[in-house]
Amino acid sequence: MKKFLPILPLCAAIGIGVAGWWGLNPDRDPGAIPSVLIDKPVPEFELASIAGTSTPGLKTQDLLENQEPILVNVFASWCVPCRAEHAVLARMVREENLNLVGINYKDKPATAAKWLAELGNPYRRIGSDETGRAGIEWGISGVPETFIVGPGGKVVFRYVGPISSDAAIGKIREALAAARADKP
Amino acid sequence: MIRILLILMFCATTAHAVEPDEILSDPALEARARAISADLRCVVCQNEPIDTSNAGVARDLRLLVRERLVAGDTDKQVFDYVVARYGDYVLFRPPWKPTTFALWLTPIALAILGMLSVLLILSRSSKGFATIEVLSLEEEAQLSEITKTKENRDT
Repeated sequence: MKKFLPILPLCAAIGIGVAGWWGLNPDRDPGAIPSVLIDKPVPEFELASIAGTSTPGLKTQDLLENQEPILVNVFASWCVPCRAEHAVLARMVREENLNLVGINYKDKPATAAKWLAELGNPYRRIGSDETGRAGIEWGISGVPETFIVGPGGKVVFRYVGPISSDAAIGKIREALAAARADKP
Repeated sequence: MIRILLILMFCATTAHAVEPDEILSDPALEARARAISADLRCVVCQNEPIDTSNAGVARDLRLLVRERLVAGDTDKQVFDYVVARYGDYVLFRPPWKPTTFALWLTPIALAILGMLSVLLILSRSSKGFATIEVLSLEEEAQLSEITKTKENRDT
């Protein structure tokens, strides 16, 4: 026992150091809530299309029989960061053949339709979630939020916040590549 | 500045987030709903229960809790329903399971460790005051020597 006493301060210093290194890491978001959906099948939901648009609605079955990963983007016309994200997603669809579908969260169909007409519609399907109930099924805390559904309808990735910074785009590309590599 | 003031203004009203249109007509169900929503964390303004949160998602969850109760769910079923979508993170009372053993046991372990070290220190320091029942002959001689010199000095 006596032998260990002199190294006790060193152990305490190392402990505090490790805790600080972990706790003060700028990349760590203490408010991040891990999604329970990761590695789980797509939740049950069925959403009609946005009234006034020709894009079909979105339901669970649409996400089950894919060979390529699908990006499920939760957006709303009242969400300002979604606007910036929209440009990035549209470019990714154009240039990288991204498979993009949307959930229009708690939006008025008329404003959503106008927003899409103004900015363009990169989405293959959009479900109109006026009540926000499908949002709860996906466990979202706000908009924008993005999920990647891998082959066979398994949710493999979730990103909270707009995909507009290079770091965010990098994370999405990385997750897409991982989902492509993970073919059943 | 105006934005900060606006935010502060909204914060001031957070104590009564349950809006009149959410309240159930059955007081017993409503009481259960209040109790459940006081134990569910809001995922937007974390550390605040959905019961007092003004976030949109919190309102949706309050309505959902009430909907489940009206549908005849038990309290546990309601909690399970929300946890299935948002994870254990939304529970203010974390469950007892392998991933939370460290959470529950660390304080107890630290308390025991602290008590043990206090006991150890106390038992060690009391050893220093150990009383001696009988003096050896040598010590008796020393003692009488000391008292003698003391008496000589005093007189």
